Amino acid sequence: MSAVLDDTAARIARPPVVGARRPLRFLTAGSVDDGKSTLIGRLLLDSRAILADQLDMLETRAAGAPIDLSLLTDGLEAEREQGITIDVAFRYFATRERKFIIADAPGHEQYTRNMVTAAAGSDAAVVLVDATKLDVDAERVALLPQTRRHALLAQLLRVPHIVFAINKLDAVTDAARAFARIRDALVAFADDAGIAPAGIVPISALRGDNVTTPAPLPGYAGPTLLALLERLYDESDAPHGGALLPVQFVGGAGLDAASGTGHRARVLWGRIARGGIAVGDTLAVYPSGETARVAELHATGRKVARVEAGRSAGVVFDRQLDVSRGDWLATPGTLKPVQRFAATLAWLDTEPAVVGRKYWLRHGNRWLQGRIVSVESRLDIATLEPRDASELAVNDIGEVVFETQQPLPLESFATQRVAGALLVVDPATNRTSGALLVKTPI
Amino acid sequence: MNAPMLVERLLPELDLAQLDALEEEAIFILRETAAAFERPALLFSGGKDSCVVLHLAEKAFKLAGQTSTRLPFPLLHVDTGHNFPEVIAFRDRHVAALGERLIVAHLDDSIARGSVRLGSPGESRNGHQSVALMEAVDEHRFDVLIGGARRDEEKARAKERILSHRDSFGQWQPKEQRPELWTLFNTRLKPGEHMRAFPISNWTELDVWLYIQRERIALPSIYYAHRREVVRRKGLLVPVTALTPPTLGDTVESVSVRFRTVGDITCTCPVESDAANAADVVVETLAVTVSERGATRMDDRTSDASMERRKKEGYF
Repeated sequence: MSAVLDDTAARIARPPVVGARRPLRFLTAGSVDDGKSTLIGRLLLDSRAILADQLDMLETRAAGAPIDLSLLTDGLEAEREQGITIDVAFRYFATRERKFIIADAPGHEQYTRNMVTAAAGSDAAVVLVDATKLDVDAERVALLPQTRRHALLAQLLRVPHIVFAINKLDAVTDAARAFARIRDALVAFADDAGIAPAGIVPISALRGDNVTTPAPLPGYAGPTLLALLERLYDESDAPHGGALLPVQFVGGAGLDAASGTGHRARVLWGRIARGGIAVGDTLAVYPSGETARVAELHATGRKVARVEAGRSAGVVFDRQLDVSRGDWLATPGTLKPVQRFAATLAWLDTEPAVVGRKYWLRHGNRWLQGRIVSVESRLDIATLEPRDASELAVNDIGEVVFETQQPLPLESFATQRVAGALLVVDPATNRTSGALLVKTPI
Repeated sequence: MNAPMLVERLLPELDLAQLDALEEEAIFILRETAAAFERPALLFSGGKDSCVVLHLAEKAFKLAGQTSTRLPFPLLHVDTGHNFPEVIAFRDRHVAALGERLIVAHLDDSIARGSVRLGSPGESRNGHQSVALMEAVDEHRFDVLIGGARRDEEKARAKERILSHRDSFGQWQPKEQRPELWTLFNTRLKPGEHMRAFPISNWTELDVWLYIQRERIALPSIYYAHRREVVRRKGLLVPVTALTPPTLGDTVESVSVRFRTVGDITCTCPVESDAANAADVVVETLAVTVSERGATRMDDRTSDASMERRKKEGYF
């Protein structure tokens, strides 16, 4: 068997990635059996990311029946036994427009933490809605609680683009009507939740309708799901507020002896969270409060005059300062350290959150301890209302008051993802127990 | 190894901006690993993925023009004793040229100690690597191993985190994986445990070859077309070597081949190819219809779940 085909047609069948856009990472979320794995299989198949031997394996398993696309992503033995996806799987495909990374998140309720994993860091969320599970004749179409939960989680974690894909329209009697009624229910829900959907697309993942191939449907004139994803723009945090860089790694030997003061300066590496940094800028170090001028700036492999937000920069100051991993560099006067704050806490651990207990926290690149002062409420996913609660269990999302061992340069997660998020780790087990999203200082 | 016209004609609109994004992410993970752990090691076999990771590490930790600096960690190779000689020669030449420190853990030493017992003298040693690897981790007290595994290689790997926790037996617990939120990596370990770090998790085989071409990364010669004696067996080209001699009835052919992956000599097969350089491989990779492991690894075909089983046992 030759692995290489000579004809040109085969070469252009797997097209290269073009365009200056970053790869788009998106998650797929839905309830069990909503067809997530089938949708991903469809995207991989139609973009020719599935190779011959993988197809062979599916055909062998199918033993004559139509192939089951979901088997492509259900990778672990345990989930093949149970027939559900139990962990986030990452899949890759490319079109002429863009490279894509799919984070396949399970819809199974007890594995919500994996969906949080898939959502944190994703550029878009595709929330699948199974048209066959909803009563479209009801006066008000009631969405499934999981659909609300997935969309709310994506919004809470500030996934920049949320897309609803109404699936299995091939299996309902009146597709146009079902689409219209479910779309209206989604629009009403999104309005209540403050979500601005990037699109609501009627699809059949099984057949490929409006996934990669346009399929006319009365009442829908929009693009296919794939075309929509190709055009989603990169979204970054608001640029105002000055430069901000969490120091990740302190490297050696900037400023060679010939060029400057002669000292072998340390290079402070980190990914810029906000603003840009240029040679000549004055920056303050948190927590020491000392300031210095940027004498030299490194990008990977070369010296540069300026580095923009989202990229790693190596900063060399014009004088020796005591700076270590975990510190922050920022435009002087812009950081407002706080020690007690209101936050949203997404709890991911099977052991419930304990008020007053010390947990490890990671903020930026700093580890420190902190504790929950009080649980104020728990979010009811069906009504979006805060409900009285005094504890949080696995998969709960609540409002808490939190206190840290030292003051931190915290900002609201709604406007600054890097300075506004903390990881909560159980000191006894080292498990990642929760995600803390900062709201306001107290 | 200049990019020939062919690639430019075939990929007229090819824009490498996405490679910059992948490089940035990989270097970020390498710096994170070096800063967050006390005793890292970079797994370096001379294989193409580890050559890419080593190149990224050089870029991450050496400023432009500073060739005298060393990486903040040693390189580690688990030598099964069943390697292609070209790869071992390349490994030693490359490491010497860079001036890095290489630690070699020999599987033969584990066999001599009795911690590895082979079922038969000629069997594949891939599955036994984990023992020698864990012995090296214990001896050198490594707390993180940096590797070149990619999520697109195989279904079990598609579920691997970027920083992946291993218990004190070196085992992967797929259901106990730590949620990985943004870049707030949970780097906390208990004594005896270690982490695996995968900087090129999000790269595909095509990305790797595009990057090798763009960065002019040197690879062992067997990654490019050469004539080799092979036997056709179950759709695979099995190389004829001292460890894998032809059996009665086999027809030995001389074929122009290259290796897509390089592992234990007893279970790694080449594919037919005329690709003389990385640009040619890019062209072939765009046209390829068989996945990397499907075409080249006899041991992954054993069952759908073979990779997952080996990972649970501590395999890289």
